[in-house]
Amino acid sequence: MYAQMVKSEATNDDPEKLAAFQARIDAGEKIEPKDWMPEGYRKTLIRQIGQHAHSEIVGQLPEGNWITRAPTLERKAILLAKVQDEAGHGLYLYCAAETLGVSRDDLTEQLLSGRMKYSSIFNYPTLNWADIGAVGWLVDGAAIMNQVPLQRTSFGPYSRAMIRICKEESFHQRQGYDLIRVMAQGSDEQRAMAQDALNRFWYPSLMMFGPSDKDSVHSTQSMAWKIKINTNDELRQKFVDQTVPQAHYLGLTIPDEGLVWNEAKGGWDFSEPDWSEFYEVLKGNGPCNTDRMEARQKAWADGQWFRDGLMAHANKAAARRKAAKVAAE
Amino acid sequence: MSNEWPLWEVFIRGQHGLNHRHVGSLHAPDAELAMRHARDVYTRRNEGVSIWVVPSSEITASAPSDKGPLFEPSNAKVYRHPTFYDIPDEVGHM
Ligand SMILES: [Fe+2]
Ligand SMILES: [Fe+2]
Repeated sequence: MYAQMVKSEATNDDPEKLAAFQARIDAGEKIEPKDWMPEGYRKTLIRQIGQHAHSEIVGQLPEGNWITRAPTLERKAILLAKVQDEAGHGLYLYCAAETLGVSRDDLTEQLLSGRMKYSSIFNYPTLNWADIGAVGWLVDGAAIMNQVPLQRTSFGPYSRAMIRICKEESFHQRQGYDLIRVMAQGSDEQRAMAQDALNRFWYPSLMMFGPSDKDSVHSTQSMAWKIKINTNDELRQKFVDQTVPQAHYLGLTIPDEGLVWNEAKGGWDFSEPDWSEFYEVLKGNGPCNTDRMEARQKAWADGQWFRDGLMAHANKAAARRKAAKVAAE
Repeated sequence: MSNEWPLWEVFIRGQHGLNHRHVGSLHAPDAELAMRHARDVYTRRNEGVSIWVVPSSEITASAPSDKGPLFEPSNAKVYRHPTFYDIPDEVGHM
């Protein structure tokens, strides 16, 4: 998912207030920005929503680089719309985080300085057109697994952002599946490209859910606060169960020799991804970490004169309006 | 020095003649650009026929602690609801 390994923050609040707060959450009430909340809840949410927002924004890069190379005008329009949606998702989420008292520029600067993370998945390259299908099908598919339950999260602005995002997300997965289906049913060469894309994106997609957290204290606290709804393993299992038949329909093979149907649990048994690779990617050593960060830093630096210019213009225009009003009185 | 664009709240009226509804917020240097950003960020799928943008700093909000004094009095006024009144069955739908 887009927020991985978010550590919950310790809280040193008045036990009575904490209990009343927990009771509100247990009763299914939404917590709103001006309501009292434990410091740990606030900090954990800023980190989680911020990481989610950064992922949406950085996630535009691997797809954006194929917009100019889409094979048809229709595919180009679709991809453009999809990438534009991701920008929107980032913006909805930044706004939700800002209601907790952190500024947008502060969040951006924390991303650019590496203090805040984005999802590991966006540090993998999109090498050819089939990868764009794999991203929509698998990466957005995995994101949806996490985002659908988060619509019920306890923090009102986060929940509302998730509802908006989920409405738009299903198009993302479907266009990806549609793209890879066309390739899987195309020439031998296209089919090979589709299989190759699945081979490369399968394990990184499984990593999106993060390592098992069934014994993690952070996860327990976040689940009590309803800012995490399912364990990583639950979501990963759901994703595999949903995706395997979709791959089989296309005649594609999941790159896992350990994949077997488990009648007793009514789901697939599958192999774990290589978690040492995951930790390396998080540390900054994935195939594209440097490129992604450089692209974001460049965009931010190159845009500065423009942001400042528009602000200066707005301030001048406001001053002129004020002066004209005074003169007229 | 931080030169962050100010925050605006966005309200949109949907297709069916309902009230403008708060949909979210965004940053923009002025009202004109706030309007353009609102169109791009919040109406990519025909969500609306009209947009309002308001500087967030201009919104006066009730405090959570006012919830009791503001809203509790109406809890006691059950006679404001139609279900408070028993209309005999013979009278029919009312
Ligand atoms: Fe998204
Ligand atoms: Fe998406």
